[in-house]
Amino acid sequence: MTTFTYAPAPESRAIVDIAPSHGLFIDGEFRPAADEAVFKTVSPASEEVLSEVAQAGAEDVDAAVRAARKAFPGWSGLPGAERAKYLFRIARLIQERSRELAVLESLDNGKPIRESRDVDLPLVAAHFFYYAGWADKLPYAGFGPGPRPLGVAGQVIPWNFPLLMLAWKVAPALATGNTVVLKPAETTPLTALLFARICQQAGLPRGVVNILTGDGSSGAALVAHPGVDKVAFTGSTEVGKAIARTVAGSDKRLTLELGGKAANIVFEDAALDQAVEGIVQGIFFNQGHVCCAGSRLLVQESVADEVLAALKARMSTLRVGDPLDKNTDVGAINSAEQLARIRELADAGAAEGAERWSPECELPSQGYWFAPTVFTGVTQAHRIAREEIFGPVLSVLTFRTPQEAVEKANNTPYGLSAGIWTEKGSRILWMANRLRAGVIWSNTFNKFDPTSPFGGYQESGYGREGGRHGLGAYLDV
Amino acid sequence: MPSTATALADVTASDAALRRFLHGLPGVDAVGLEARAAALGTRSIKTTAKAHAIDLAISMIDLTTLEGADTPGKVRALCAKGTAPDPTDPSTPRVAAICVYSDLVAVAKDALAGSGIAVASVATAFPAGRAARSVKLADTAEAVAAGADEVDMVIDRGAFLSGRYLSVFEEIVAVREACGDAHLKVILENGELVTYDNIRRASWLAMLAGADFIKTSTGKVGVNATPANTLLMLQAVRDFRAATGRQIGVKPAGGIRTTKDAVKFLVLVNETAGADWLDPAWFRFGASSLLNDLLMQRQKLSTGRYSGPDYVTVD
Repeated sequence: MTTFTYAPAPESRAIVDIAPSHGLFIDGEFRPAADEAVFKTVSPASEEVLSEVAQAGAEDVDAAVRAARKAFPGWSGLPGAERAKYLFRIARLIQERSRELAVLESLDNGKPIRESRDVDLPLVAAHFFYYAGWADKLPYAGFGPGPRPLGVAGQVIPWNFPLLMLAWKVAPALATGNTVVLKPAETTPLTALLFARICQQAGLPRGVVNILTGDGSSGAALVAHPGVDKVAFTGSTEVGKAIARTVAGSDKRLTLELGGKAANIVFEDAALDQAVEGIVQGIFFNQGHVCCAGSRLLVQESVADEVLAALKARMSTLRVGDPLDKNTDVGAINSAEQLARIRELADAGAAEGAERWSPECELPSQGYWFAPTVFTGVTQAHRIAREEIFGPVLSVLTFRTPQEAVEKANNTPYGLSAGIWTEKGSRILWMANRLRAGVIWSNTFNKFDPTSPFGGYQESGYGREGGRHGLGAYLDV
Repeated sequence: MPSTATALADVTASDAALRRFLHGLPGVDAVGLEARAAALGTRSIKTTAKAHAIDLAISMIDLTTLEGADTPGKVRALCAKGTAPDPTDPSTPRVAAICVYSDLVAVAKDALAGSGIAVASVATAFPAGRAARSVKLADTAEAVAAGADEVDMVIDRGAFLSGRYLSVFEEIVAVREACGDAHLKVILENGELVTYDNIRRASWLAMLAGADFIKTSTGKVGVNATPANTLLMLQAVRDFRAATGRQIGVKPAGGIRTTKDAVKFLVLVNETAGADWLDPAWFRFGASSLLNDLLMQRQKLSTGRYSGPDYVTVD
């Protein structure tokens, strides 16, 4: 009997029509960059050039901020219920066009269609619906009777969840009456540009949302622009620090959501099959391109061998390959640059003496790929236990007592998330009180919900996005 | 979990030891288990993979009739159906077994002579299992004497739920003995065990007692085979083989009616226990109406058109 191999089940890309070139979205329309500079965006799975995108310069940033400034009085002056109508309309359009958006996201980002279709897009729509619901209830949100918007929000987002990060930033900003200039990441601009078309389709007033594509220099110009009242950034700690320095001394508000090196802590009494699934979900979801990824597995010594054997068996079933195949679990690394960084850190792990293991898997010859990898025998001193890798690489450490687990988990400059796996409820609460992390999941991992605030400690940044707390970042309170 | 067979020898020495062992198995997180089963249900199985899966599923069916109104005629018709499920296409695989009540085993045995299809018989006061042990053993012995190749027994849920694990264990051992050369499938009746923790414990209990197969359900209660409880049992047989070297089969039964559902179960097998279990020797579907849907889907794959229920037999 032949083995049960799954035939390819590719999602059709015919649903999305990618224009050969894209302009900047300023004041309700698309226009080329003032100096007509462009760059190319490629599919990380095939290195195929998908489109040419305008590179925003200082002049374009200025035009976008002016457009947002001009639109601000009208937008913030609308009754909350009216703003809510626009947001509900956008949310519904996102749902209607979700397949198109999911395919485009997987093409531009390299993430599996299974995740963009089943995780990203439902959450994107949910965030717009959620904040639409808040727009007319701001006086009752606990910020006093008349909370005011800040003005123009300059938002810079990363490439790991292009559309989801857009939703996290744009939805609360618009609900609270701010206008927006958003810069998507250089390698993943396409879904933000399609979102701009959705804003047009929803009849959103001109200038309320502006989208500038470009590299780091465009983002730096946006953050530094004196017409920006609020800066929101999600990305690397290094860039976050540079932004904090730029903004320091001005009266701009700032929220930062930066890197992480989360501990996923498995106790001996955990539901082990589900814990193994959670470990996989924690680090291999979105190729590990997740700031809150559970990249450090802390497993109790008594079950370490058992958990590792089960983890390796489970990793052997991960399907790596074409992101548009509905059966793909792990897609492509977002860029050549990121792939080089992952390789460098993984090699450092092996050089430091940790034991490296990957399941047998055939990687495509074109594109940027990295096999799911686990390192055992890792110590707190190893680079792979300290630095954020932002790829499908898991470092495994062991512990003996809950106290030791807490100490090791907290022994990091980051503090974005943590996971606890145990069947003992009192231990979950004991641990949660001691772990320094913005989000603590128990018996699950990487779960997001618009009603739940998200943010970090220490070098993972400050401010909260999502939930009622997320409103506060866009209100003068 | 003990990693060697020797460690397992002691755990059935007393009720207390057995309870300690079964309660020491890792817990099951219901939310996580169901999420995993649902995620595997989204695998997209198309074209060649689908054709392979359909034929595999047909060859794994225990074609079943367990009605009070069963007649020898109905059983003979079912046997004919199992031998040549699609008379228009001789390349269609035959089913694995015909499953009947013990009084009809002889009829099935006769009808299936020379076909290579096994006769399975439910015994041990199926489906309630509420009879004296002597009655259950007699029921089993009669089925085997009539020629049953496989015996599907039900466990004593009352004893299990009241914590008398050793009693359940001993009964399975006794039935196993009464089976002789016949294969023993132990029905846990998941719907009455209610919690996933119980299902895992019952799976281990049955495997320790010598079951050749563990089976989800009788098909006679509200909750029968589900992707989640089957996934859990697949984890149990996988872990049991790792601990003892002994491979045990799994049989979901009840409520699996469509090709789509059957393929989802095969995906669960493939990605949980592994390809070693993708064989009628190690995985079965307890089903009656599933076969016709598989045949219709099979015809659709070969002709490109969906024929409809009038193009397959109703037996």
